[in-house]
Amino acid sequence: MSREQNIQYKLVRCKINGVERETMVDVRASLTDMLRGDYRLSSVKKGCEVGECGACNVLIDGECYNSCIYLAVWADGKEIRTLEGLLGENGELSDIQQAFIDETAVQCGFCTPGIIMSAVEILESGKEYTREELRKLLSGHLCRCTGYENILNAVEKTMKKRLGKL
Amino acid sequence: MERQEHVIGKSVKRVDAFEKVTGRAKYTDDLCGKEAYVAKILHATVAHGIVKSIDTKEAEKIPGVVKIVTCFDVPKIYFPTAGHPWSTDPAHQDVADRLLLTEHVRFYGDDIAAVVAENEVAAVQAVRALKVEYEELPFVLDVQKAMEEDAPQIHDTYPNNILKHTTIRNGEYEKARKEPGLTKVEGWYQTPTVQHCHIENFICYAYMEQGRIVLVSSTQIPHICRRVVGQALGIPWGKVRVIKPYIGGGFGNKQDILYEPLCAYLSTAVGGRMVKLDVSREETFVCNRVRHAIRIHIISYVRKDGTFAARKIECFSDQGAYASHGHSIGAKCMNCFPQLYPCPNIEGDSYTVFTNKSVAGAMRGYGIPQAMFAMESHMEDVAKAMGLPSYQLRFQNIMPKGFKDSFSKNVNYYDTFRECMEKGKKVFRYEEKLKEFKNQTGEIRRGVGMAVFWYNTGVWPISLETSACRMVLNQDGSVQVQVGETEIGQGADTAFAQMAAETLGIPFENVHVMTVQDTDITPFGLGAYASRQTYMAGFSIHKTATLLKEKILDAACELTRQIKENMDIVNGKIVRTTDGSILMTMEELAMEKMYSLTNNGHLTAESSLQIKNNAYSFGCTFAEVEVDIPACRAEVIDILNVHDCGKLINPALAKAQVHGGMSMGIGYGLTEHLIYDEKTGKPLNNNLLDYKLSTFLDHPGLQAEFIENYEPTSAYGTKALGEPPTCSIAPAIRNAVLNATNVAVNEIPLTPHILFKRFKEEGLI
Amino acid sequence: MYDIKALYEAENISHAIQLLEKHPAAQIIAGGSDVLVQIREGKRAGAELVSIYGLEELRGVCLEQDDTLRIGSLTSFSHITRDPLIQRIIPVLGEAVDMVGGPQIRNIGTIGGNTCNGVTSADSASTLFAWDAVIELTGPEGSRRIPIQEFYIRAGKVDLRPAEIQTGILIQKKSYEGYAGHYIKYAMRNAMDIAALGCSVNVKLTADKKSIEDVRIAYGVAGPVPMRAVHAEEAGRGKKITEDSIERVSEAVLEDIMPRDSWRASKAFREHISKVLCKRALKEAILRAGYTELKTEHTDSLHVGTAYRGGEQG
Repeated sequence: MSREQNIQYKLVRCKINGVERETMVDVRASLTDMLRGDYRLSSVKKGCEVGECGACNVLIDGECYNSCIYLAVWADGKEIRTLEGLLGENGELSDIQQAFIDETAVQCGFCTPGIIMSAVEILESGKEYTREELRKLLSGHLCRCTGYENILNAVEKTMKKRLGKL
Repeated sequence: MERQEHVIGKSVKRVDAFEKVTGRAKYTDDLCGKEAYVAKILHATVAHGIVKSIDTKEAEKIPGVVKIVTCFDVPKIYFPTAGHPWSTDPAHQDVADRLLLTEHVRFYGDDIAAVVAENEVAAVQAVRALKVEYEELPFVLDVQKAMEEDAPQIHDTYPNNILKHTTIRNGEYEKARKEPGLTKVEGWYQTPTVQHCHIENFICYAYMEQGRIVLVSSTQIPHICRRVVGQALGIPWGKVRVIKPYIGGGFGNKQDILYEPLCAYLSTAVGGRMVKLDVSREETFVCNRVRHAIRIHIISYVRKDGTFAARKIECFSDQGAYASHGHSIGAKCMNCFPQLYPCPNIEGDSYTVFTNKSVAGAMRGYGIPQAMFAMESHMEDVAKAMGLPSYQLRFQNIMPKGFKDSFSKNVNYYDTFRECMEKGKKVFRYEEKLKEFKNQTGEIRRGVGMAVFWYNTGVWPISLETSACRMVLNQDGSVQVQVGETEIGQGADTAFAQMAAETLGIPFENVHVMTVQDTDITPFGLGAYASRQTYMAGFSIHKTATLLKEKILDAACELTRQIKENMDIVNGKIVRTTDGSILMTMEELAMEKMYSLTNNGHLTAESSLQIKNNAYSFGCTFAEVEVDIPACRAEVIDILNVHDCGKLINPALAKAQVHGGMSMGIGYGLTEHLIYDEKTGKPLNNNLLDYKLSTFLDHPGLQAEFIENYEPTSAYGTKALGEPPTCSIAPAIRNAVLNATNVAVNEIPLTPHILFKRFKEEGLI
Repeated sequence: MYDIKALYEAENISHAIQLLEKHPAAQIIAGGSDVLVQIREGKRAGAELVSIYGLEELRGVCLEQDDTLRIGSLTSFSHITRDPLIQRIIPVLGEAVDMVGGPQIRNIGTIGGNTCNGVTSADSASTLFAWDAVIELTGPEGSRRIPIQEFYIRAGKVDLRPAEIQTGILIQKKSYEGYAGHYIKYAMRNAMDIAALGCSVNVKLTADKKSIEDVRIAYGVAGPVPMRAVHAEEAGRGKKITEDSIERVSEAVLEDIMPRDSWRASKAFREHISKVLCKRALKEAILRAGYTELKTEHTDSLHVGTAYRGGEQG
């Protein structure tokens, strides 16, 4: 039962947080593996590795994906955004990050990066959602600390602020 | 005139919030070097048996495999795993029944071999390639069946699988229950096995440096971890150094020593190279710890006026395969019974019993969510049987003001219970809703219910309570604070910073709490458990801050020639209290002192103290449900918790913590249940898809209210809050379903399956 | 890092077929939300994979010349839900796939993958059964189209021949014109869950909107593969709409379904819920088809288990 050890690699070129990148990737790697391992983007967390908890969520071409069940090679030609990309040039927090602080939406912090990235997709749609709709849009994330209450507050307030309604 | 700006009681932002919203907070896996070998564990696939052999030949051939260790290779040193303070009295020590790897398999998932490989894929392939031969033994999954004479014996030294049995005999139960005119109310209540489900799974890595083992671990208890690793490996405890980085939640699971000893051992087995042991979600469910499923039997003899003549309780606590925290949980579950609704004649028996299931350990609430489900469901049943309003029945029987517990010496200083109930009743519009929901008949019905909870703070007098703190003054007048109590997500570091700032008289921003702990550096402490930290660390923070302040004022005396008694530190400045004038800033003082060529000194302070106190923490839950009878579903529509945890150090953080506990309680009441196959003992739903943890869509908005009665025994007026929010949710939901449907369900979670069964029995469907 | 033996990325449909012919042991990976999970579980560890993820030609929804609705097999659930054609012609399919997992899963999960798994709980499958969907398969011999009921062979097994890939799902005009439908997913929580039972119903009413001209009822998890409830359909076809007739349809469901006992749910429970769902989905479908007189005492509850809940304060 010895296995072949011909590891297959592929050059993956993609834009990560606004910067063009390329690296040789083991084809067996998940996007989580590539982002954490090759690019040291440690905001991408591993909580289940089967797409159930949402801790590894990143934006690919503007849509949210659990990077644990996304092959790294598929990222070729894509634009990927992680939490690290939200910070301004001089280290300024984006409004949604600040809202997570202000609304006490952070506890252990392990689900936080993934949820903020889903919030980014929601906010960038420019639409106004009800609280119930926000619940559904965020429902791909599990959090054991917050009961989701303050996270909803943070996303809802930021949405309203961006729409000039708060 | 400079006035002190108080920071206690203010909702300041978390000290670690920036790191967490930017992804910069480094958790264990983020710190582990790429050079680390990866370890994977082979778990048993029988519920009970003896490993006869493990064939490693095929596994060894897999490229990248570095080392395979089986149960036949490890030292036979039994060690305890509970995150309890050690006791030098052997009679009070935790049961030492674990080995690094075991030949005697006691549950499906027990650890029998481990592989160290250069990469994860090789390690996983090798684990799958190991061939195990078992001698299978009969197994038992039910707690009461395990106590029967012919049940399989799980540990040699515990007849009938009873780890421990404790009793309460207050007054004369047998005599008192014969009083004429009493109504007997009896019920059996069953709570499920559930898991903590912190989003960061347990992970650790180990390597050797200068002949010592360094472990970086996602643990709530670094100092206890050091001790247990020393015990398990049979090496001096000082040879172990444990580092606790940011932690992605623990809820009690990481208040146990999980795989740190094995990981350390594996590092020693590969010459001290770095070995990472990253536990999968599936393993977390089965091979870490779970909450004890406890079956509780209660009998009450009630007078017509709703007072209790005599009461009896029996608790059967399912320990799973190993002792872990032992009987502590089952005992606590029973011991709150006579305190919650005091009655002179009480009989109690609590049994903690081994079964061939996942090991039960500490989990948020430590026996009290189980106790409250039984006791508060029972209270509702009593009210129903007596035709009395349940609110009234509780109000009249509940622990009164001035009650003192003879064992813990805890005192109910205020009429806290009733204050919480009254506040909840009003905010929730409980009475109005009760009226509104009377006499419903349709398929969809609403109901309201409530439940109270009892809790205490820390582990005194059962175990040691101690805390230690160190403070160091920096050149800029800011102060580092180190305590042995750990930040695991709850916000402890922020509360500690607030306490230190308050006592030192310096701005909150000038306090730096060291969140990463290192047993070589951090003062000795016990860690995050028993809702103890703000209370216990509060004492040593207060003492150390007072000491440092004395030293600062001594230095101020040297530098300003004013007498100490006329000076104070206010907002980071040395102020002459007699006229309010600012003499110098802390920065000026620190610089002068640290670089003085004549009277140099570095100002630090350190202290530790033992705490021989404990404090009651009380509150209640009000819940409104909507029950869809044909669909067999109960949904929480509205829910409120009211707490008295003393003075709130940080109201926003306190509220947030209550939300999280409530969410966990809703899962406990409605959806969460780790299920085992009756035929094989195999866990069936050990993943986040099949185990129904609440999502964003599974509960309504959460309301939290507080009564702030200053705790007189506490350094800052505070007491337990971490665990209490989870305790009274499930019975409140159950009682609301009873109110809506007239169907009492004595088993949680109230899943559609259970409701289907009960609604059928009661003829509703 | 997944235990994958080799990965071959297809550039177009014929390349995919060539790769599959060249590597007969290889498995197709579309979005990966099932295949990768199974690799990690060990079920497919060491597999060779042909990735069709990059085949843009298999994404999107359109109308063919004869007004047949065509859904490319790689169209993600979220794109189906948002698609204007779906919203106009069979909104119920968009609603059904909007109940799969959570948002991230709906972005990666594809309708082709969902049906090719052959699992009975797939949220798309019962609705596709209810709409008489046709499956298009393309292989070395060219394309063929078969009714979805023939595509499902048994649990976990579909009629996918060697080197064949599913390229489209089609709904003919005669299947959708004049019909309105409703899907209820019955799961243990409101997101991130698989159906314990799924029921999809669509109806066509008579011109006076007082009777059921045609009704189609399909289930997931009521048997080893998704299924149609033909006796129940028969009981409803041509009947005047009354509480009574709807009740009779839901009772007849028991003649069709064959759920089993498992740790997830008992047979008795599934049978009971099957009736409740049929009744509720049928009522809602009838309302959507333009009937106005039906009084329903539990309009709210029609959505029970459908990932939507009642309003929330605050």
